[in-house]
Amino acid sequence: METKGSLDSEDVKKDETTTEPESSRREFFAQSGRVAAGVGVAALLGNLGHWALSYTAYAAEPVKVGVLHSLSGTMAISEVSIKDIVEMAAEEINAKGGVNGRPIQLVIEDPASNWDLFAEKAKKLLLQDKVVTVFGCWTSVSRKSVLPVFEKNNGLLFYPVQYEGEECSRNVIYTGAAVNQQATPAVDYHLGKEGGSKKKFYLVGTDYVYPRTTNKIVRAMLLAKGIAAKNIMEEYTPFHHQDYQTIIAKIKRFGAGGDACVINTINGDSNVPFFKELANAGITSGECPVNSFSVAEDELRGLDTKNLVGHLACWNYFQSVNTPENKAFVQRFKDFCKKKNLPDAPRRVVDDPMFWGYIGVYTWKMAVEKAKSFKVDDVLRALPGLKVPTPDQGIIVDRKNHHTSKPVYIGSILANGQFDIISQSAGLVDALPWSEYTYPDRDCDWSNGGKGSFDMMGGTDRIWLDPKAAAIET
Amino acid sequence: METRQSVPITFGRLSWNMVVCLLTSALLLGLLLGKGIGLVYAEGPVTAESGRPNASSLQGLASLDPTIQETTLKGLVDLNDIAFLPALTALNDGTLHVWKDATGSEKVVIILRNIELDGRETISFLDPFTGVELGKLNATDVFSEGELEMVTMRSGVVRLTLREGLDRLRLFDPDVVVRRATAAKLGNAGKLSKLPILEQALSRESHKWVRHDIEVAINQLRLDDPDPEVRRTAATRLGEIKGMRALSHMKELLTEEPIEPSDTVRASFTEAIESIESYQTFQTVVGSAFNGISLGSVLFMMGLGLAITYGLMGVINMAHGEMMMIGAYTAFILQEAFFYNLPPYLHDSYYFFALPASFVVTGAIGLLLERSIIRFLYGRPLETLLATWGVSVFLEQAARWYFGDLTSVNPPVFMRGGIEPMVGLVLPYSRIFIILLAAVALLGVYLLFFRTRVGLLVRAVTQNRNMSACVGISTRKVDSWTFAFGTGLAGIAGCAISLIGNVDPTVGKTYIVESFMVVVVGGVGKPAGTVVSALGIGVFNKILEPLIGGTGGSIYAKLFILAAVILFLQVRPTGLFPAKGRAAEVGT
Repeated sequence: METKGSLDSEDVKKDETTTEPESSRREFFAQSGRVAAGVGVAALLGNLGHWALSYTAYAAEPVKVGVLHSLSGTMAISEVSIKDIVEMAAEEINAKGGVNGRPIQLVIEDPASNWDLFAEKAKKLLLQDKVVTVFGCWTSVSRKSVLPVFEKNNGLLFYPVQYEGEECSRNVIYTGAAVNQQATPAVDYHLGKEGGSKKKFYLVGTDYVYPRTTNKIVRAMLLAKGIAAKNIMEEYTPFHHQDYQTIIAKIKRFGAGGDACVINTINGDSNVPFFKELANAGITSGECPVNSFSVAEDELRGLDTKNLVGHLACWNYFQSVNTPENKAFVQRFKDFCKKKNLPDAPRRVVDDPMFWGYIGVYTWKMAVEKAKSFKVDDVLRALPGLKVPTPDQGIIVDRKNHHTSKPVYIGSILANGQFDIISQSAGLVDALPWSEYTYPDRDCDWSNGGKGSFDMMGGTDRIWLDPKAAAIET
Repeated sequence: METRQSVPITFGRLSWNMVVCLLTSALLLGLLLGKGIGLVYAEGPVTAESGRPNASSLQGLASLDPTIQETTLKGLVDLNDIAFLPALTALNDGTLHVWKDATGSEKVVIILRNIELDGRETISFLDPFTGVELGKLNATDVFSEGELEMVTMRSGVVRLTLREGLDRLRLFDPDVVVRRATAAKLGNAGKLSKLPILEQALSRESHKWVRHDIEVAINQLRLDDPDPEVRRTAATRLGEIKGMRALSHMKELLTEEPIEPSDTVRASFTEAIESIESYQTFQTVVGSAFNGISLGSVLFMMGLGLAITYGLMGVINMAHGEMMMIGAYTAFILQEAFFYNLPPYLHDSYYFFALPASFVVTGAIGLLLERSIIRFLYGRPLETLLATWGVSVFLEQAARWYFGDLTSVNPPVFMRGGIEPMVGLVLPYSRIFIILLAAVALLGVYLLFFRTRVGLLVRAVTQNRNMSACVGISTRKVDSWTFAFGTGLAGIAGCAISLIGNVDPTVGKTYIVESFMVVVVGGVGKPAGTVVSALGIGVFNKILEPLIGGTGGSIYAKLFILAAVILFLQVRPTGLFPAKGRAAEVGT
């Protein structure tokens, strides 16, 4: 399969083919002599450097990299784990000689689940610490908050979490899933025979931008696939909502015929009372499965999973992915937690957003090495088309839209808090930041002087949404 | 204006609801007790024919070759023998493994992960047929000494065959929940071929609700019978037993192709649908009443402690929510301590210790808080507010630092699930427990304050501090102990709420607003007002939620209640039951 390949070196070679400048013979000889000498010295230095790196501490100056995840406040529950694994990735990379010969030095900031603070800390990282890239953000609100900072100061952000799409920034690389890599395949699964040929959908979520936008797309998709509007229920609860009695009673009735399923986009701590109530009411996965988009292995640690067996989740990675590389990766993380003496270390798990947080670091490393530069625009030029090997199937950075092509998995919850992968995409799925169901005419292109999102308005001419955007020069 | 009218109406309905609900819960308790005795599980294999489990069938089941796995599985499933249930379930759950020990011999086993008393993680190997433990190893040794490979379903056919086979065998599973879920699944699947197995299961079944579910499933399937008479009687029977699962299928048969051809059958469908739907309306009323009372009790438990510290003593304790958090964490600590230090059959008993422990621990912290901070700020509400706010921020951060992110209190096993008083309505045990706990707490507080000498002292001090001091009451002491008692109650509330909600550092902030709302609406200084306002807000909320409907029922119900409370306080600033006389001046 093409996806399993390692980094393509052809792209790198092409960049080196430059035309010979016109020069006199003497100059030519002198130059070639210098070049030859240079190559020799460089080779020697390279070897020496390599030798030095493997046996002594770094001589090279470290390169500063920012980490912007909430370590306190509501979102700490989810974001601390990503910070941990980014640290692990940096440690691994440093142990193997760093990036372009320079070790990574992490600058970790705590925006404390405060959306305004996210923007302030981002500014601090970019302007004061002068970091070359930032790994960070979880909620869409926080990402929207830092977006102008990154665009104005030409920073680079790797965003690891699945999100609602409808965005395509010049300065963000979205390593998490777009809606067509999580929500729509999950709904497709339930419409199909394998998923029970469901005819009724109950969409329940937390009241903010991600669930609302995702459900807008899911609704459009269901209507397009012939599900009657009366068979789609949609309901939102505030953050921290604790009392799910009424909603559960409704779901129980809605799903009594066995032809319904629940699409759950509840975020954060409300999932605990939701699932506790669900289990108490005797709603089983056989009759009315719940497919969650924001519940992964890490969240299941906080729940009594015995009553949740058989309910589903859709992600692009599960800890149970059965490859030797993945088993080694999971073991490395467990060892890392033990070594760092992190709370609850023996029970720590890896999940989708953590995985993409980790892969984000390696994606950036590969792009920097391909560009041979830490400059944002150079890295942005190197990223498109990059094939990044992962402990799973590997991913490809999209040639145009700053998202990544990746596999899609549907897993069913096991009693031990892990997922049994019951369905998976054939190969990698390309990301569509603008859903075909809600914005059929819209797409995104940063290649060849493109300016991001554009509309076709039914025609063939591209109308850029932000004509003033600075294109990435080629 | 509207609020003024609606409040008495709510209470009228509330008291009626309470009567209904009390009666039903009494009935339910009777049912519950009866259930335990009546439950006789139909044991034994479905067919005790040839082909008892043997090692070769296991090897086939674990085979890496999809075709071998398929044929073995088909063979096993066709035997219809309940003895295979554990092995097949394990294959389905991902706990069936091939264990290659140090000598290199391979065994097919079910693995079970345990956490030992000393905190080691171990893996037990069970015989897939007998469930006997074949061996046990440290989790770390398993990977160093030998190899453990999970047996996966090697093909889609295997998965389908397995699921189908399990569906049949699970009708005879020892677990009621599994039997019910299987019956529901078979009925919904709509395959007439499943009728014989369902009928066989019904003839062996004695549990009331499993029988009900199987009967619904059978009649649901018969709706597609070629004989119109069978279809008609099935519909009539579904109407009688309120088979809600069949509702959508019957509606389909009336409106969508292929439409039911016979007029009489269609008439019986309509009749059954009407019967079931009117029953559903009744069920909604009973359900909402229960939900309202349950939410009311939760609110009451939150507000009760505050009704004493704020209501009686006039201390604006912004750390009240964090006191509840401490109660919840006490339950969590005990749960973990029991889990790691005691044998499994004692794990669930943690909850009995958690309730008093949370009272004592939180009360002690309350006492400390009063002695160290609050006593210097009596009569200065603004300073108290700021100081306790600071305490709440401190406690929240301390909890985050110590406990980290993901902590969860798992309700004891006997508190999972619920009573089913009528078809389709489940009243969770945990919620019934909280209602009872609220009643006990109310009674306890009442007795303490109005029937004991201590209570008399407290009331005397809160009514007139100077006069009480003059007659020789140590007002300082009374203040301290009253505050400690109030916070102790908050601890119990936290412990109770951990059954239905979650435990994390932000839990205090989630509850603080509602706690104050309940106390203020009830009337500061009147614990009795807290009862009425908590139940009122709870029931009102649960009536509003479905009435508002749409995509934001729960959001707007909350907003509406908040707006109603603000309006209500404009009309009656002192709440439902204003304190009279001098006591009224204490709080302000």
